[in-house]
Amino acid sequence: MEHDVRKSSDNIIISSLDKLISWARSTSPWYFQFGLACCAIEMMATAASRHDLERIGMMPRSSPRQADVMIVSGTVTLKMATRIKRLYAQMADPKYVISMGSCATSGGPYWQYGYHVLKGVDLIIPVDVYIPGCPPRPESLLEGLLKLQEKIRHERPISEKLK
Amino acid sequence: MIFEDIKKSLDQQFPDLVLVAGEDPFHFITIALNKWSRLARFLHNNKDLKFDSLHCITGIDNGPENCLEVRYNLFSMTHRHWLEVRIELDRTDPRLPSVEQIWRTADWLERETYDMYGIIFEGHRDLRRILLEDDWEGWPLRKDYITPEFYREMPVPKDKI
Ligand code: SF4
Repeated sequence: MEHDVRKSSDNIIISSLDKLISWARSTSPWYFQFGLACCAIEMMATAASRHDLERIGMMPRSSPRQADVMIVSGTVTLKMATRIKRLYAQMADPKYVISMGSCATSGGPYWQYGYHVLKGVDLIIPVDVYIPGCPPRPESLLEGLLKLQEKIRHERPISEKLK
Repeated sequence: MIFEDIKKSLDQQFPDLVLVAGEDPFHFITIALNKWSRLARFLHNNKDLKFDSLHCITGIDNGPENCLEVRYNLFSMTHRHWLEVRIELDRTDPRLPSVEQIWRTADWLERETYDMYGIIFEGHRDLRRILLEDDWEGWPLRKDYITPEFYREMPVPKDKI
């Protein structure tokens, strides 16, 4: 009996709601499953068994309504840019954007003569984490995702609302 | 069939057809625009030639003072021989007959050539842009194309940001 009481008291964790919410958010940011160009191959490799995104709580969702993170993985053509804007608007708050690779960040190899490429996805939607590379290795993407999780963990959603 | 034989049988069927013939790096013939639709049907239907596969359609801009050009790369699965057909076009009004109903693959290839060079394929049943948006202005792979500064309020050149 005594043993049981001790055990249950061990299982109580005291925290603030703020911390709890941001902890919960940061440990399962589901990402929107779509790829734009060559960088998408590295994103797929990151999600596949060797690097395994699910071990950090990330899971691809095929609908923007269910996704928390949009990984812009590749060249943002002007034609696609109009779609990205729309998909971003369809995602539910809170939402985060990762700009993966030099194309999504600044136009990449098309920065000067790309008549059809948007020179950085941050011109149309806000970006949380930029990952350099052409393409970034899965390790860099993982690093970027962990940085994003860190950022989410430090958010204080309720106290910010009350302010 | 080797190229000399192909050329001989074309000469028999259409006198004065071949303007230039050569090898660069594949065997090609340059023909006049008004012969193309009859020639295309002949190349496809003749049982000794039987070019049943159209591999590629290429548009070329030879510079603002020169002509536009279209090249067709044909292959015969039956006889395993190749031919490249080149046609030069007037730059101010580039039009030529479509071969989309002869080789079905020409459907998208012609749409792409139209999209990039503004070459109009007469008789194509669905000639729309294929890669760019429908409201895009201009023909991007032409040498005199000017990159727009904005597209739907998004800046295009880097120095406009
Ligand atoms: S950054 Fe490099 S690898 Fe990534 S989409 Fe652009 S060109 Fe492809």
